[in-house]
Amino acid sequence: MSRADVLEADTGRRTNPLWSLGLLRSELVTTVRRWRTLALLGVLAAVPVLVGIAVRIETRGGGSAGGGSGEGPAFITQITNNGLFLVFTALAATLPFFLPMAVGVVAGDAIAGEAGAGTLRYLLVAPAGRTRLLLTKYATVLAFCLLATLVVAVSALIVGALLFPMGELTTISGTRISFAEGLGRALLIALVVAASLVGVAALGLFVSTLTNSGIAAMATTVGLVITVQIVDQIPQLHALQPYLFSHYWLSFADLMRDPVYWDDLVRNLGLQGLYAVVFGSAAWARFTAKDISA
Amino acid sequence: MAPYESDDAVDAAQDETPRSGRRKAARYAVPVAVVGVAAATIGLVPALADSGDPDLPKISAQQLIEKIAKSDVQQLSGTVKVSTDLGLPDLGGLEDGLLSGAGGGGSGDGSSADPQAKLTELVSGTHTLRVAADGPDRQKLSLLERGAEYSLIHDGKDVWGYDSKSNEAYHSTAAGSGKDHRSEPPATPKDFADEALKAVDDTTSVTVDGTAQVAGRDAYKLLIQPRQSGTTVGAISIAVDAKTGMPLKFTLTPKSGGAAVLDAGFTQVSFARPAASTFDFTPPKGAKVTEEKDEAEARGHAPKHGDAPTHGRAPKHGEDFAEGLKGTGGPTVIGKGWTSVVTVDTGAKGGLPTGSQGGDLGGFLGSLGEQVDGKFGKGTVFSTRLVNALITDDGKVYAGAVTKDALVKAADAAK
Repeated sequence: MSRADVLEADTGRRTNPLWSLGLLRSELVTTVRRWRTLALLGVLAAVPVLVGIAVRIETRGGGSAGGGSGEGPAFITQITNNGLFLVFTALAATLPFFLPMAVGVVAGDAIAGEAGAGTLRYLLVAPAGRTRLLLTKYATVLAFCLLATLVVAVSALIVGALLFPMGELTTISGTRISFAEGLGRALLIALVVAASLVGVAALGLFVSTLTNSGIAAMATTVGLVITVQIVDQIPQLHALQPYLFSHYWLSFADLMRDPVYWDDLVRNLGLQGLYAVVFGSAAWARFTAKDISA
Repeated sequence: MAPYESDDAVDAAQDETPRSGRRKAARYAVPVAVVGVAAATIGLVPALADSGDPDLPKISAQQLIEKIAKSDVQQLSGTVKVSTDLGLPDLGGLEDGLLSGAGGGGSGDGSSADPQAKLTELVSGTHTLRVAADGPDRQKLSLLERGAEYSLIHDGKDVWGYDSKSNEAYHSTAAGSGKDHRSEPPATPKDFADEALKAVDDTTSVTVDGTAQVAGRDAYKLLIQPRQSGTTVGAISIAVDAKTGMPLKFTLTPKSGGAAVLDAGFTQVSFARPAASTFDFTPPKGAKVTEEKDEAEARGHAPKHGDAPTHGRAPKHGEDFAEGLKGTGGPTVIGKGWTSVVTVDTGAKGGLPTGSQGGDLGGFLGSLGEQVDGKFGKGTVFSTRLVNALITDDGKVYAGAVTKDALVKAADAAK
């Protein structure tokens, strides 16, 4: 029996669908229980606390945040009027670096970490198949994207409620919406931010299938995130920029316009979907054809 | 096997059978195919959507102009994309400073929500605006920025400017009914079209140039071309909504070719009544509100046509431009139609107006221009893709949407 036949038999094997759920659950538990993951989530939760306290101290004398000049992350000047804006500011502050870094670490570790630790072949001994294992790993990374974003949002909401008044809020278009609608939009923004990380997650997973060193995969993914954002800032490369995964990240702020401006949001989600499909399938091509020796 | 060893070498060594190698390679066709399909979609879908100009009954240029004049759209909301490419030298932050200094007329109260200060941003680059109108008393114009928005809201007798980035508001009250108070800066295709049509006279050829689809609506294209030589204006194209007669897109191309100097068009438009809450503005708690001081100052303040983004729109516009320069000397207009040149005697000897204040800045500005001489004496010509300006050494300024030669000729003739 040649190796290719083994591969076929391996990926084509029928298994109980509930087994996949069990695999997903065990993956999730393993990921979340790691000290590394907990530390990342802790850093993410600390960002809104820092921003909130800094704004509170700066504006205690009645001044406005950011010196009134509009410097700093989006929405920062509105925090003093409404704590809910801390959610948006915190997400705007963490999205360019902290969130993709956390996702890069988890995604980069997904396959390469197992391979590095020598546990990948034991996972494959179980009758799951490589495609299924890869999908489970990707689902775990996506779940972490959502979890990380929600950690930032919830931490910001709590800090915002403790330090600043809450209530009816003014959209950036100047119209007023009720607090309940504001909360709804905050949740929607958190979901959009989580979805913005889908591309990085797929990229990280692909990098993770390329090597057996978890550290190398993490470093490559985080390095790519930084490089892409630098490229996004160079005006001479503007023809390339609409195709970079980070280009429309801050479009989530468009949800705070009234009416909502969907163009860039739709572009962002489309682009993330494209990255997920391209790098997801590349990861599949690599992983299912790879020789697992460790 | 050692956990950190790369498996790549092992992989290659074990692939003895060519068949399995090919099968592995075939898997990579999936991501490649996805990229290909995506590229094709991105490339083809707009091309397919654009094809097929709508079939509309024939109309004469005269009828079309009347249609625009009769157009009475009271309620609309939509998104406008404005691209300006004057070919100004890229001065970065300095440009902003110069422009706000030139356009502000010395108001300088420092509020970032001041419409005059804000709208000079439109002078370069691409911007997305949102407009909404409900009758003559309620209009709203928003400038969408990254993560922020600047809104100018006219509701009855109140005019509010709100800058969400700095959380500052600007308030002024319009005298009398809002009808004659132009709180709206010229930003929509209709504003531009109105100005361009004012310039239509015997020096201009106006034709209907087929049809087009703009923002999903069928439109006629009106083509305005200057008959005179010597102007830098190549053509003005206005797409007019076939149903309502409202201009939907305005494009000004320079004679030198290349990208449009000014391109303003709806990307999305609706003629339904916008929600009442759109025009309802109360400054949020904690926002810094700047009140307009008095009516006299309001006149100088309100964004008028002399506003920077519109300087070179049409020759007639030179008069408004001149208005903006009032106080520096009596501006006069030489010539007519497209080749009219505005002259201002600043009285400042030594050429560049800034030369007296700072030699460095003067020298810097001088390096941007081109030295010319003629019967009028010596001077420096500053060129953009549309407007050229000649500043003579005896302190006269000639400016217009004309070529450099025409400018020198006008200066010679005026001597």
